[in-house]
Amino acid sequence: MSEIIETTSGSAPEIDNEGLARIDARGIHYRRLNELVREVVRRGARRIEIVNVNGQRYIAVGLQEKVRVDIHGVPGNDLAAFCDGAEVVVHNNAQDAVGNTLNSGRVIVHGDAGDVIGYGMRGGEIFVRGDVGYRVGIHMKEEPRRKPLLVVGGTAADFLGEYQAGGRLVVLGLTDSARRGTVVGDYCGTGMHGGALYLRGQVDPSHIATKFVALSEANEATLADLKPILKQFCELFDYDLDRILDERFWVVQPFSHKPFAGGYAANP
Amino acid sequence: MRQSLVPRRFIQVIDYEKCQRCKRCVQACGFRALSFEGRVQPDAEQECVACHYCVAHCPEEAITIIDNPLEYRPHDSWTSDIIMQTTRQAETAGVLLSGMGNDRPWGVLWDRLCLDACQVTNPPIDPLREPMELRTYLGRKPDAVEIKVGPEGKPVLATQMPPQLRLDTPVIFAPMSFGSISLNAQKSLAMAARELGTYWSTGEGGLHPDLYEYADRAIIQCASGRFGVHEDYLKAGAAVEIKIGQGAKPGIGGHLPGAKVTAAIAETRGIPEGSDALSPAPHHDIYSIEDLRQLIYALKEATEYRVPVSVKIAAVHNVAAIASGIVRAGADIVYIDGFRGGTGAATTVIRNNLGIPIEIAIAAVDQRLREEGIRNQASLIAAGSIRNSADLTKALTLGADAVAVGTAALIALGCHLCQQCHTGNCSWGICTQRPELVRRLDPAWGAERVANLIRGWTEELKEILGALGVNAVESLRGSRDRLRAVGLDDKTREILDVKAAGE
Repeated sequence: MSEIIETTSGSAPEIDNEGLARIDARGIHYRRLNELVREVVRRGARRIEIVNVNGQRYIAVGLQEKVRVDIHGVPGNDLAAFCDGAEVVVHNNAQDAVGNTLNSGRVIVHGDAGDVIGYGMRGGEIFVRGDVGYRVGIHMKEEPRRKPLLVVGGTAADFLGEYQAGGRLVVLGLTDSARRGTVVGDYCGTGMHGGALYLRGQVDPSHIATKFVALSEANEATLADLKPILKQFCELFDYDLDRILDERFWVVQPFSHKPFAGGYAANP
Repeated sequence: MRQSLVPRRFIQVIDYEKCQRCKRCVQACGFRALSFEGRVQPDAEQECVACHYCVAHCPEEAITIIDNPLEYRPHDSWTSDIIMQTTRQAETAGVLLSGMGNDRPWGVLWDRLCLDACQVTNPPIDPLREPMELRTYLGRKPDAVEIKVGPEGKPVLATQMPPQLRLDTPVIFAPMSFGSISLNAQKSLAMAARELGTYWSTGEGGLHPDLYEYADRAIIQCASGRFGVHEDYLKAGAAVEIKIGQGAKPGIGGHLPGAKVTAAIAETRGIPEGSDALSPAPHHDIYSIEDLRQLIYALKEATEYRVPVSVKIAAVHNVAAIASGIVRAGADIVYIDGFRGGTGAATTVIRNNLGIPIEIAIAAVDQRLREEGIRNQASLIAAGSIRNSADLTKALTLGADAVAVGTAALIALGCHLCQQCHTGNCSWGICTQRPELVRRLDPAWGAERVANLIRGWTEELKEILGALGVNAVESLRGSRDRLRAVGLDDKTREILDVKAAGE
């Protein structure tokens, strides 16, 4: 199966005096689109506006420069995967695997996002205004100098924070879908062994993997820690902080950093 | 007093006439299985694993390790191994763990395959007289190449070649992470790879800052735990590999216990010190071939299409169909690890019973890709207990482009196959993170021994090629008519596409 990729279409965009480059993504294959993005970044663009995006994958993959990329339209899977410093703003919904193995930088989605958001993320921040799908924040990790953050304005489906090894996951339940009764799906925190998960609103304890994690109501100190994150969320998406704080918060934390120690025996 | 009803497997015998009581052996044993109370003696609790470090380092040659002569009453079905495993599980309720590859007597098909040689009708070639071409390129090859006339009328390749790995000999080192093996062991392999003009692989534990200088000879792995995976890491290597599976533990993830996660490993993997390093069984962004394609191209985008992308899988029942999917998903290299492949730690029952042998797998995959007309789209690496140049040559003859070796390289570093990798007590400094043990392995010494081994294999490969009457490894690849089988059933020979000896 050989692929025919048009790599010449899409003319090299101009960069204006303020460092802004505009790229029209209409009809352009992702490979060419990403070449154009890298090209304008190399030529010194500080801001890139991509219009007419229609499902192109891998936008801003591995981008290490501290540039801002504004996306108009719906970007495809693996948006900002391996991204390392750029700020990527989606003015619409996003699809699966946003911020896959994100290293640093920030991704902001003004709509909903799909499954597998922030898989294995090592650092950086992801803010989603709306709902997210399944397997979000799996194996998010942290180290002394990096602590990733993923904030979901709406609800998350099953397997949230599975194998979570570090960082912070926040689910705020601010969308209509929270009315179905709970803000997370089943198996939340399975295999979790680091970091913390914060849930706002109604939580069904049977959805939480209590073999690995403890569910408790957030105390004053925890809420004080969360406040700067919530403020950031309110500024990004024009929410009222008081309205967000006017609901109970829950904390999900792992019992152990070594959940699978023991349980093994040496083969004689 | 030992608490366990499982008898000791080995007994250290000290020749007290020779022993000078220097206690070197007591210090040397990573398993603390020797103690000194007036004289050297087996420790009352800790057990000898027969790693032979003390034997090799006793200045008086006063130590011998013997099998414990205490045997259970013989039983064909309830063997000693099974009785001991049963007892251990009754005592611990644990899942049994093992290091190294499958040790069960499944048989080795390499040992049932004979290579051809020239006699009378076609002359053999003497590699001392004529050059032998072993250079191997791993990566996607175009369907056709176009040649144009260049300056001074010389032919020039007009087709743009996809990125390739260039090997001076068709052997690479198998992925073994920093964590599963020590940094000195990884550095030994990295130095040997540079010396030999071949490649080593990071495994799934990231790339330690000290080894970035060897990154141009490294295959960089991206596994389900995404440990140490970031843009600088991806761009540093000669190739990127998505690790789906491992021959020793197909279908299960990995678990580096927190006790082994030292500061250096934590930094390299990007996790907190002392935390378990868990690799989920699947990549949670890969639940289908389409998803695999998505990650392959994410990595190609991240490396700007400058390096080949490899996909490593364990050899399982439908390996041919799976490999076909992987090639169609855009992989440039498919790495197939047979069920005798090694591991730093695996569930024993999985290691010993899941997957299929590499001999069958490589033949089935090569055949399938040829039938589908896509064999040129990816190179094949065969691995999973390639023990010597004979196994190497037979793997190439069954259709592999190159082989990967792990255990053989570790043996070159001193490993005696005691199979205790999972304990982290390796006296040889290979499979341990204890600094006093790691220090024993000098990377310069190790690199030389590993390079010696592969140089020896390379010379032997040239001699075999000469005996077969060909002067390039390319002429042997996939030439199954140069193999004959002894004692293999018809169906196995059909799958291998190898005639019986005498046919």
